[in-house]
Amino acid sequence: MVSNLSDYKTEVHNDWCPGCGDFGIVNAIQMALAEMEVPRDKAAIFSGVGCSGKTSHFVNVYGIHTLHGRVMTFAQGAKLANPEMTIIAAGGDGDGLGIGAGHFVAAGRRNVDMTYIIFNNGVYGLTKGQASPTLKLGLKTKSLPEPNVNQAVNPIALAIASGFTFVARGYAYDVRQLKDLIIAAVKHRGLAFLDVLQPCPTYNDINTRDWFSGMDNINEMTKKPQPRIYKLEDTNYDPIVHIDSQEEENEKLTQALIKSNEWGEKIPTGIFYQNELIAPYDQRIADRIPNYLENPPSVQEITSNGKPITDISRMLDSLQI
Amino acid sequence: MSSIDLTWVIGGPQGGGVETAANIFAGACAASGLKIFGKREYYSNIKGEHSYFGVRVSDKTIRSNVNGVTMLAAFDAETIFRHADDVFNDGAIVYESDLVPMKIEEVPTLDHDFKKRLVKYLTSKNKSLTIQGTLDAAKERGVHLYPVSFKTILSNLADETQNPKLRGMFRMLNVLAVSVSLGILSLPSDTLLKSVESIFSKKSQIAEMNKHAANYAYNFATAKYPKYKYQLSPIQKEPDTIMLQGFQSTGLGKIVSGCRFQSYYPITPASDESVFMESNETFDVENNRPGSTMIVQTEDEISAIGMTIGAALTGTRAATCTSGPGFSLMSEALGWAGINEVPIVVTLYQRSGPSTGLPTRHGQDDLQSAIHAGHGDFPRIVYASGDMEEGFYDTAKCFNFAETFQMPVIHLMDKFIASTVATVKRFDPKKITIERGKLLEKIESEDYKRFASSPDGLSSRSRLGLEKGIFWNTGDESDEYGHISEDPENRIFKMDKRATKLEFALKTISKEDQATNYGVSEFCIISWGSTKGPILDAIDMLKKEGFAIGFIQIKLLQPFPTDYIKSLIKGSKTIIDIEANHTAQLGSLLNEHLDQKVDYYIVKYTGRSMTCTEIYDSLKKILQNKAEKRQVLTYGV
Repeated sequence: MVSNLSDYKTEVHNDWCPGCGDFGIVNAIQMALAEMEVPRDKAAIFSGVGCSGKTSHFVNVYGIHTLHGRVMTFAQGAKLANPEMTIIAAGGDGDGLGIGAGHFVAAGRRNVDMTYIIFNNGVYGLTKGQASPTLKLGLKTKSLPEPNVNQAVNPIALAIASGFTFVARGYAYDVRQLKDLIIAAVKHRGLAFLDVLQPCPTYNDINTRDWFSGMDNINEMTKKPQPRIYKLEDTNYDPIVHIDSQEEENEKLTQALIKSNEWGEKIPTGIFYQNELIAPYDQRIADRIPNYLENPPSVQEITSNGKPITDISRMLDSLQI
Repeated sequence: MSSIDLTWVIGGPQGGGVETAANIFAGACAASGLKIFGKREYYSNIKGEHSYFGVRVSDKTIRSNVNGVTMLAAFDAETIFRHADDVFNDGAIVYESDLVPMKIEEVPTLDHDFKKRLVKYLTSKNKSLTIQGTLDAAKERGVHLYPVSFKTILSNLADETQNPKLRGMFRMLNVLAVSVSLGILSLPSDTLLKSVESIFSKKSQIAEMNKHAANYAYNFATAKYPKYKYQLSPIQKEPDTIMLQGFQSTGLGKIVSGCRFQSYYPITPASDESVFMESNETFDVENNRPGSTMIVQTEDEISAIGMTIGAALTGTRAATCTSGPGFSLMSEALGWAGINEVPIVVTLYQRSGPSTGLPTRHGQDDLQSAIHAGHGDFPRIVYASGDMEEGFYDTAKCFNFAETFQMPVIHLMDKFIASTVATVKRFDPKKITIERGKLLEKIESEDYKRFASSPDGLSSRSRLGLEKGIFWNTGDESDEYGHISEDPENRIFKMDKRATKLEFALKTISKEDQATNYGVSEFCIISWGSTKGPILDAIDMLKKEGFAIGFIQIKLLQPFPTDYIKSLIKGSKTIIDIEANHTAQLGSLLNEHLDQKVDYYIVKYTGRSMTCTEIYDSLKKILQNKAEKRQVLTYGV
């Protein structure tokens, strides 16, 4: 079966603001699913609440638009019950790193085999532009009455510290790279995190598309803008933990943390860290429940002719007087 | 043979083996064919605070505890200070004789309020503020005292077995206390030894050591003491009897009715159920591959219910289990399950609130919370079980309700049931049915609509992964496909659709499942949940005196079975509401839904469960026209 990109699009009217970075992300998700030829009924997009929460309605696969901050909880429950599904969770930076930060950290510890994309624009768009957890200290985006008084959280560093085994960053206006990153994230065995820089044209008048492109920083010699965004894959950066040794892991973790702190004149995109030597959650469960993967919760037979078929006689025997 | 009905209480510091001792006692009695009803009380503490276990033993069916203690076994001072006054006048205290000189102020775990009451009591009796004084006061009332030097027994045992380590094994004091008690009560020693063996079945060396100690202490007691007034003797064992703790009942119910996913966050007293299920995570399935239930410990209760919903969306029977504070955290997601018509079961083991409240104590505090939790109008079913047998069978019903009516079901249990140990008839899985409602196995149509209109409000339910079954869910209001819609006409359609399901549920759920009618008379009790046992026992006590009292136990609390309850109480003149909370939460429902108003309230909110004795006393006052409109029960340490 050859998948057409159009198969993955719904007819739902998209009401994001003109020029919104979210369009690039939803396009990249649709392109990635089409390129991987994931059957539509074997994929699900879970989303949080906010502008990015609407993503699930625009992709023609199972779409679960959950609660503010809770997207990962719903998504992990579904994946664990039906591991056959390809699951992508999507949500905003406020959703995942503010109200949902506890779930973000806990998800890293589990390493469930799925992908989590954060639409990172520094503001709470749908409630008219309050500062989000990723807005830098001291910045005053246009609807803030006063400059931001909080330090920004570093999503890449937090993901690494929490135990995500694939940590990458994309840029909403580089759809091709983003599509490739989503494919790599989905194919990764374990929990993948994708931080997507996504300018909000309505409320974030500082980290704009022009800002990322370096329009404010013209090279005096060439008279050309000097883009802030660059790709790690264009450097000799190797994000992968190749061998199961503490030394190797320390080296890869450290370089990723240092890279994650790079911001301002140069902003890296691409894969920061990848470690497939850590067992994903399903493997940890299969070690305890040997037939978990071929007989997961969602496919187990529980009844025959309306009667239970689970045999609890051994459990009752142990309680017998 | 005279009938048997006595209560044996053992107390001690938390973590000191009180529970092990009680289990040995209960196991020995149950193995002798006797009926057991035991209750565990403990502080929110890991080690050191006072905990106790009361075991009521009878040769007839018992469903509750009574006021008073027949025999108290104590190897620490606090147990004597706290419980001596509760021992019947013809009861007995078996205690460590070394404790006699201990003063009240030497027990740091006695709290200020209790100390004040104790001092007042002993002073009024003109007794010294010591164990000696406390025992003197008891003796004056006729209580039999059995001073035993358990430490001497331990050291004799050490000499005899040439095992000097034994001298310091204070955990064994429990076993000695049980054994001396059973010796005085004359239960044959073989049942004691078998019970010890089965409690320590996983550690054969420790089992042998404890058996030896038990035998030694038992023989010590039978040789030393004359026959006591109360005796235990074996009776004909009823076949198919099991002995279990309440939390196991819903756990077993979940496994057998096909719950294959449960997520939870640790909380007392609910998490015992999840831990029990995880210990039994794999099992055989008739003519099929081995099955399993996945138990996931989450980062909080919000995640617990989120994961439950996610799993339920895949067509898996999924549940979570929590107590009051955790349930409060779940309320937003409960509404999400409501608006998206997701079948989930939330088992709610209530405890005393508000806030952290009395975290390890009993209460039926969360009925109104279960009915109203979450913002906005959405349908849910609230169902309450009265004891552990109901806990087992009702769990299966709750899953059927959830899947048939496509809505969240809150199954109300409580701490009283959770920590009760009792002998009951072995659960029969054949009595359970599994109804999955409109869950789809296959879809032909190319235009599936998850929320398609239908007269009963119920649409065919697809699940994640089903071919041609793609649907959308959202916490926003949505159209038939599940896409966001703010259209006013669609809003009316969807709100009415969901409300219709609730009406349909009320029409469909059988009367027997709505409420249990134990007979109606001029005086009629209406109650819910775990008050069932003590109420039934109290009614039996009154019947023997020639008083007839009716009792209706409401199980379906949302939607409220107004018509059925109205029809049942037609012949009643006096309505008595009994429940373990402050505001009489069921009482408000009765006054809201019924034409007849509640005449009398019997409530308890000390954090201790009701006994049949205190219900009997308060009912009798009502029958004799001597009762206040609201009686507050207070029994219990």
